Amino acid sequence: MTPVVAGLAAEGALAVVALLAALLPGRRRNLLAGTACAALAAAGAVTGALALAGGTGVVRIPTALPLPPLTLAPDALGGLFILVAGAVGVLASVYAIGYAHGASASRTQWAALAVFLLGLQAVPAAADLVSFLLAWELMAAASAVLVLADQARNPQARRAATWYTVMTHVSFLLVLAGFAVLAGTTGGTAFDVLATADPTSAAAGVAFALLALGFAAKAGVIPLHVWLPLAHPEAPSHASALMSGAMVKMGGYGLLLVTLRLLPGGPTWWAVALVALGAASALFGILQASVATDVKRLLAYSTTENVGLIVLALGVALLLRGHHAPGAASAALVACLLLVVSHAAFKATLFLGAGSILHGTGERNLDRLGGLVREMPWTAAAFGVACLGAAALPVTAGFVAEWTLLQALIHAVRPSDALVAVAVPVALAVIALTAGLALVTFVKAYGIAFLARPRSVGALAAHESPASMRAALLLGAGAVVALGLAPGPVAEVLAGAADVGGVEAVGLAGLSLTGVDAVLDPVALLALAALVAIPAVGLVITLGRRLPARREALGWGCGAARTSPRMQYTATSYAEPLMRIFDDALQPTRDVEVTHVAESRYMAERVRYLQRVEDVIEVRLYRPLVAAADAVADRARRVQNGSIHRYLAFSFAALVVVLLVVAT
Amino acid sequence: MTDVTWTTTALTLVVLLAQVVVMVALAPLVAGLTRQTRARIEGRAGPGVLQPWRDVRKLLAKRPIRAAGTSWVTVAGPVVLLVSSLLLAALVPLVAAVSLPLVPDDLFVVVSVLLLGTVALALLGLDSGSAFGGMGSSRHMTIAALVEPTVLVAVYALSIPVGSSTLSLIVTERRDDPASIASPAGVLAVVALVVVVLAETGRLPVDNPATHLELTMVHEAMVLETSGRDLAWVEVGSWLRLAVLLGLVGNLVLPWGVATELSVPAVLLGVVAIGAKVAVAAALLGAAEVGLAKLRLFRVPELLAGSFVLAFLAVTASYLVA
Repeated sequence: MTPVVAGLAAEGALAVVALLAALLPGRRRNLLAGTACAALAAAGAVTGALALAGGTGVVRIPTALPLPPLTLAPDALGGLFILVAGAVGVLASVYAIGYAHGASASRTQWAALAVFLLGLQAVPAAADLVSFLLAWELMAAASAVLVLADQARNPQARRAATWYTVMTHVSFLLVLAGFAVLAGTTGGTAFDVLATADPTSAAAGVAFALLALGFAAKAGVIPLHVWLPLAHPEAPSHASALMSGAMVKMGGYGLLLVTLRLLPGGPTWWAVALVALGAASALFGILQASVATDVKRLLAYSTTENVGLIVLALGVALLLRGHHAPGAASAALVACLLLVVSHAAFKATLFLGAGSILHGTGERNLDRLGGLVREMPWTAAAFGVACLGAAALPVTAGFVAEWTLLQALIHAVRPSDALVAVAVPVALAVIALTAGLALVTFVKAYGIAFLARPRSVGALAAHESPASMRAALLLGAGAVVALGLAPGPVAEVLAGAADVGGVEAVGLAGLSLTGVDAVLDPVALLALAALVAIPAVGLVITLGRRLPARREALGWGCGAARTSPRMQYTATSYAEPLMRIFDDALQPTRDVEVTHVAESRYMAERVRYLQRVEDVIEVRLYRPLVAAADAVADRARRVQNGSIHRYLAFSFAALVVVLLVVAT
Repeated sequence: MTDVTWTTTALTLVVLLAQVVVMVALAPLVAGLTRQTRARIEGRAGPGVLQPWRDVRKLLAKRPIRAAGTSWVTVAGPVVLLVSSLLLAALVPLVAAVSLPLVPDDLFVVVSVLLLGTVALALLGLDSGSAFGGMGSSRHMTIAALVEPTVLVAVYALSIPVGSSTLSLIVTERRDDPASIASPAGVLAVVALVVVVLAETGRLPVDNPATHLELTMVHEAMVLETSGRDLAWVEVGSWLRLAVLLGLVGNLVLPWGVATELSVPAVLLGVVAIGAKVAVAAALLGAAEVGLAKLRLFRVPELLAGSFVLAFLAVTASYLVA
């Protein structure tokens, strides 16, 4: 029994313990089930780390079905994703101990969390398509239950869960169909057998298209992202963190599995399709996020953006690999994995932070928040660090990932290849605009929620979260900084997982991309910053002691700040310039309603302004589809009028058809 | 590392710190020179080139007033902006085109340090809790977001001939091959960068640094609630930013005089050269601002889109040459 097998066995055992703990009555349930879930996730993280370090192990589970036994055998790449899912799982479980309450602390919810964690970790461990699909479905079903947590009180949760369930099954069917095509051409179900398919054949093309769409739907890539901004806000925050930090990554894992392991060396159009999908997702996601006012909806759209960048990086890596720029290609692949890891860290922390805001104020709408930094200093610190990560500023994980991707792109100069010559600057511009808008988005999210004066009673009465929530938040923020400070060793491990070279650790923990000759050592950068900052800060402090002390007074605001906090800028007004600039892409609906004073039409008594931004893709693509499906269902209902004679006639007709089929 | 590389690293560090000191000394003069040039051309006597230094002295002596309800960001924001500008002055090749082995003057790192200052200022504006602070912050970040594509594509265009995004390599490469400065790609990329510098430092036609009308303010609106020494740090940080970026453009256009070796005469020549380049750039900026009016906020995206097209053309042109 190898350590990896022991780890997988421990996961199974701990899942049973967690399920039993979830059945406990009363107040102990949170603590015990939360601890058991955290242990389950930690066991997964350890197993993943072992597999990532090169450990192997095979677990075969026989079934009653006429199929080969289910096989779990994580490779290094799978190990990385198990580690990511496990680490996010630990954060979410610890957080849930303090956070889960009411409906989200029920037996069903805790059991669903345990099953979700198990499914998440089994997907990257699977070594054949049956166990992969089984784990995939386990993950999908358990997360749907988590989205439904608040369904008794909140009709929005039911709507979100419906969307999510439908989209996740569309994803499942596409993946199933794709695997079926591959299994049909190769005649096996194990991934090793599937990998014998010829990637240039037409069947492989069909399989790639189906699988890529299926995994894209899970990852939240447009136009299959519609479930994200609906499901993430309605799910309990620890579940959102798990879904966004770990589950959407499984879509990314699927894409990596297909393009690197099952069908390596596919035609160029695969890479181009991935670059286009990724670029469109990144731009669309961040545009929607920049104008969102619900903090969790904002984070959900930002996930679409980040996943878009991951897919874009993968596409660029495949494109360059096919065009003989190996150094840049491996840098792009490492960037793809760095984006996966960094996004898991900062997005999980951000969702947990959003949960703490909701817990402390009862508000999710940025327009009604403000001034939380005073009452919630821990949450503010962790959320702030994670915002820096999401905005890709130094010295965080997000910055390192984006830097690596940009380096890969600018070193991909191959003017002789027309495709690369066009794709690279366009991708660069898209990443740049995305990064710029991400900056606005997260300055808005942090500044409006945590700074200035409270904009509602809820924000005024804010309180800090209990210890377990704070611990999870700080762990997450710590991971964001640690990954940003020590990119060298991390990137070396990631390059090992993707089986590429060209990455080396330099200095204390710096990252050197030897393939493209670029160096980034955040610790050294920080040291240089300290060298110039220490004299400056010293001067500031000594002068501060000698010069007159600060006095607090009412704000000035050109003589207008003594009025209510409602006169401050809100999230909506903050994004107004962007809304006007990108009016065509966002298509907001505005409604101005003026009530006049009874005596005179020239004086307004009340002006009501309503602005709503809906998802253009949801409105334009899905509403007609849903309407069409409704219409078809309406037609189909006509055959059912409740008459027993009619049903007997149907049975008779069916029998005749069966007889005809059998007879021929 | 061997002893030789240690000595080189230590010497490089000394030169870079000297560069920071030079730039800090120059920065207020740059602001003063811009204002003075503008005043003279407009027929005013002007307060003199040294006025910004006097302003700093005055601000330091004043008692800072902090708006009620503000947080630590109001105190820390100006210092963060100042430190980011200082780091910028250490990273960008101004006096000398040398770089530390572990901290190369990579353009992406430089841009991110610049953005750190931008974010500090934006949060400062939001923290004040007034309508104007938020307004300035929102506009400031919108402009910063739209500038980003131009910056990176222009950087890409500049990096193509060199095969690296390291600034000191780009500068020395341009000096060794003067034809590349006048090449279409080089010119277009620098013009695009100039627009970026104007937008990032809040100069005309994007923002009017001398405005007294609240509704048109961007930079000034963010610092309305800042006073005393807090305001002094913001001002010095912003001037330093302007001086560094002007110096960078100066070195890209006229890459001569930059020290590439670590000797005292070369560094002294570098100091004189950067002083002259920044002075010329500041005077030109002041003169140009006389004839420019501030653009409406919603016309700014058009200007930035134009500069983006220039940067993209630069990439195309560099492909044609390469």
